[in-house]
Amino acid sequence: MTRHIRHAAVLCALLLAALLVNAVRVQLVEAGSLETNPANRRVPIARFGQPRGDILVDGRPVTGSKDTGEQLRYERTYANGPLYAPVTGFASQVYGTSLLEEAEDGLLSGTDPMLAPLPLWNDLTRARSPGGEVRTTIRAAVQRAAFSGLGGKRGAVAALEPSTGKILALVSAPSYDPERLSGTGSAVADSWAELNRAREKPMLNRAIRRTYPPGSTFKVVTAAAALDSGTVTDLDAPTRSPDPYTLPGTRTRLTNEGDGCADASLRQAFQWSCNTVFAKLGVDTGLEPMVRTARNFGFNDADLRIPSAVARSNFDTSLDKAQLALSAIGQYDTRATPLQMAMVSAAVANGGSVRAPHLVDRTTTDDGDLVATTGQRTLRQAMHPATAMRLRELMTDVVEKGTGANAAIPGVVVGGKTGTAQHGVDNNGTPYAWFISWAQAPGDIEPSVAVAVVIEDAAADRGDISGGGSAAPIARAVMEAALKAAADADGGP
Amino acid sequence: MTGTRVASAPPTVPAARVPRRRGAELALLVLAVLLCVYGYCAVGLARHGSVPPGAAGYGAGLGLLALLAHLAVRLRAPYADPLPLPIAVLLNGLGLVLIYRLDLETPHDEAAPAQLIWSTAGVALFITVVLLLRDHRLLQRYAYVSVVAALALMIVPIFFPAVNGARIWIRFGGLSIQPGEFAKVLLAVFFASYLAANRGALAGAGRTVLRFTRLHLPTGRVLGPVVAIWLLSVGVLVLERDLGTSLLFFGLFVTLLYVATGRTGWIAVGLLLAALGAYAVGSFEPHVHGRVQDWLDPFASIDAGAGPNQLAQSLFAFAAGGMLGAGLGSGHSILIGFAAKSDFILATAGEELGLAGLCAVFVLYALLVERGYRAGLDVRDPFGQLLAIGLATIIALQVFVIAGGVMGLIPLTGMAMPFLAQGGSSVVTNWIIVALLIRVSDSARGRLAAREGG
Repeated sequence: MTRHIRHAAVLCALLLAALLVNAVRVQLVEAGSLETNPANRRVPIARFGQPRGDILVDGRPVTGSKDTGEQLRYERTYANGPLYAPVTGFASQVYGTSLLEEAEDGLLSGTDPMLAPLPLWNDLTRARSPGGEVRTTIRAAVQRAAFSGLGGKRGAVAALEPSTGKILALVSAPSYDPERLSGTGSAVADSWAELNRAREKPMLNRAIRRTYPPGSTFKVVTAAAALDSGTVTDLDAPTRSPDPYTLPGTRTRLTNEGDGCADASLRQAFQWSCNTVFAKLGVDTGLEPMVRTARNFGFNDADLRIPSAVARSNFDTSLDKAQLALSAIGQYDTRATPLQMAMVSAAVANGGSVRAPHLVDRTTTDDGDLVATTGQRTLRQAMHPATAMRLRELMTDVVEKGTGANAAIPGVVVGGKTGTAQHGVDNNGTPYAWFISWAQAPGDIEPSVAVAVVIEDAAADRGDISGGGSAAPIARAVMEAALKAAADADGGP
Repeated sequence: MTGTRVASAPPTVPAARVPRRRGAELALLVLAVLLCVYGYCAVGLARHGSVPPGAAGYGAGLGLLALLAHLAVRLRAPYADPLPLPIAVLLNGLGLVLIYRLDLETPHDEAAPAQLIWSTAGVALFITVVLLLRDHRLLQRYAYVSVVAALALMIVPIFFPAVNGARIWIRFGGLSIQPGEFAKVLLAVFFASYLAANRGALAGAGRTVLRFTRLHLPTGRVLGPVVAIWLLSVGVLVLERDLGTSLLFFGLFVTLLYVATGRTGWIAVGLLLAALGAYAVGSFEPHVHGRVQDWLDPFASIDAGAGPNQLAQSLFAFAAGGMLGAGLGSGHSILIGFAAKSDFILATAGEELGLAGLCAVFVLYALLVERGYRAGLDVRDPFGQLLAIGLATIIALQVFVIAGGVMGLIPLTGMAMPFLAQGGSSVVTNWIIVALLIRVSDSARGRLAAREGG
């Protein structure tokens, strides 16, 4: 019997070996795929097991964390949700993250290896660092001015500091409170469904994720191309433009809203936003210089990140002359995000140089140690510095004598350009009202703010020439707030 | 081969004097209790940053139980193997730590206090068996009483309402008892006794398998009672839908039959029967069929959008443990939900102690089984041999079936991890098993001592 007992013992040993091999399989070999299985709650439990780092505006957090005591413990709160939603985005237990919450997720949730006291420290200790903080470039006063300026009208505002690319305001209206998406309950699911269903798309960040036909504001780009290419050398020389202008190769006659555009000089045409002059100017300049200049301003760039991805603004690269004529006045397939048009304005203000727009000034650990700063860099030189100087002159004229009078600020040099963009089938949609501008405080050597405003449902009054009525006052309020904030920052402690 | 009855003296026993090794047992017990108290404190430190207030009481209680058991062994089984008792104390104490740890996640459903009471009852029964049962051969007389009692215990729960699909519980006065657990020991006693008495005939009958027709009748006559008992117990278990226990009884039966007769023919017949039974039950019984499907594809419910099932959650827990584990109190095995403290307790060990800790637990079980087999090899009487092998095999099969089940090695069948899992009947039964192993090993080594001394 002894031998048979030994055989049975061997069987038991085999069972043990099977268990041990299987344990190695589950706990080591397949552990990676099991741990990352989307149904494995350990990942979200760890993720929401500690307060999420905050996003700061002017040094004050605009986000918070609430301890719910539930399985996914900490929920995101927002101090002023709708105001900053286009900046922060949301951080939901169920629906993931968006915008800054998404772009800086590793830092905010504490997984960024840069937060660890030593390299590989967290891998060794299986610990997670407290969430870091994201300090934005947004100025609260500028953001508020833009938000209240839009006042719930569908539209967007982007404001930049031309010399650095810092984004001072990023507003999209109508907005929403991202806190409605924090947590796990059925209320969150309802909010999500409602926000996605809403016709006005409150979760769409119109400032960076939606493109509009830029209309007459694009004439800044066309003028820059014409001046840079030498098509126009004298701002005050007549341009030999007919009014109306028949698009080359067609019988379509292009007209203007006002008079006095026939044979106008570039200065006059810019001041009164003459479509005929700029359509012809685009054709005269030619496709290749137009495309090159548009690209240098930032059009056709699908890779811009602030750090959230920015929708690609478009200027077609293969056009016939009629299409080029329309594209040159910001119609046809020409499309731009509000941020892109703010970059156009900023380029003029900054001597032709386009600074990379960015939202994050620097990131720190939870106790304030620096993790990273966003370096200021030049994306491209949009135009010759001399051309930029002449465009500043043209844009100043628009505000002082032309369609942009509503943006004027007493004692401040303001340059601007209005725009009205037709859209829809046969251009029967309510036109988009645009205004792009920059402002230079007295005593400053260069403009300190550049703004783009777009309003989708501007009072259906086509007589309101090109955004000067509805969009320009918002731009003015934003510029005033920015100049004041800059003055306070300089004079303050 | 079957005639070999001489149990050769184990080489570890010196010829001059057989050491009692009670001191080693005591030292190991102290180590086991300290390890358990350390685990208890580790849970508190991880959860609340402080040593739990009950740590001293827990340590003292466990230590006292261990000491009393040790004294009983010292008094009535002085030559017993020194390993089984410390291993049992360590596993039982670790089980209490794991259950206490899981209780922290379910503050309204605490299982550790009841488990502590059952553990006390188990140690009390251990002491009773060691003190009162002077010679394991006494049990041989009660073979048929055992089998009747075992069948009764298995049949009774059929008349009670099913709990979670299995009719294996009796509930009265707030207590729930799983009589099938006790039936394991009784069946082991019966199988050992019956096979010890009839193994000659069975071994002879085994030869007739080749000449099937002529000697058919004796085979049936000898095997009849055993097969009948087996069929009956399996039938009852299928009715109760407790496939794990059914599998365990069958494995026990085949193992003991092989050990007693040495006839591989019986193994072949047994495996064939098992395969047929498993196929039939797996195909036609919906409950078991579902388990087989889960085993084949643990993540099917996730793909179907219904979220991870228990097995998937269990695998997630083991995977989260990795090599060194998350640390006691720092895992999320409670996600398994229902049965996290009983059938799936091993997942908590795997997640919080890691592969290292899990292997240590497996090795503890392996040592316990090995000591059982050692006693079986050392003891002289066939009943004692078969009893020790049977009891050790129960532990081995049980660990394999449930550990393999929760780790996706074999289809999952509900069963308690010996000593670790929540479940009073199981803990009490396991303590009785250890007591019987202690008794058999004492006879084996005591006989050697007596021979040396005389």
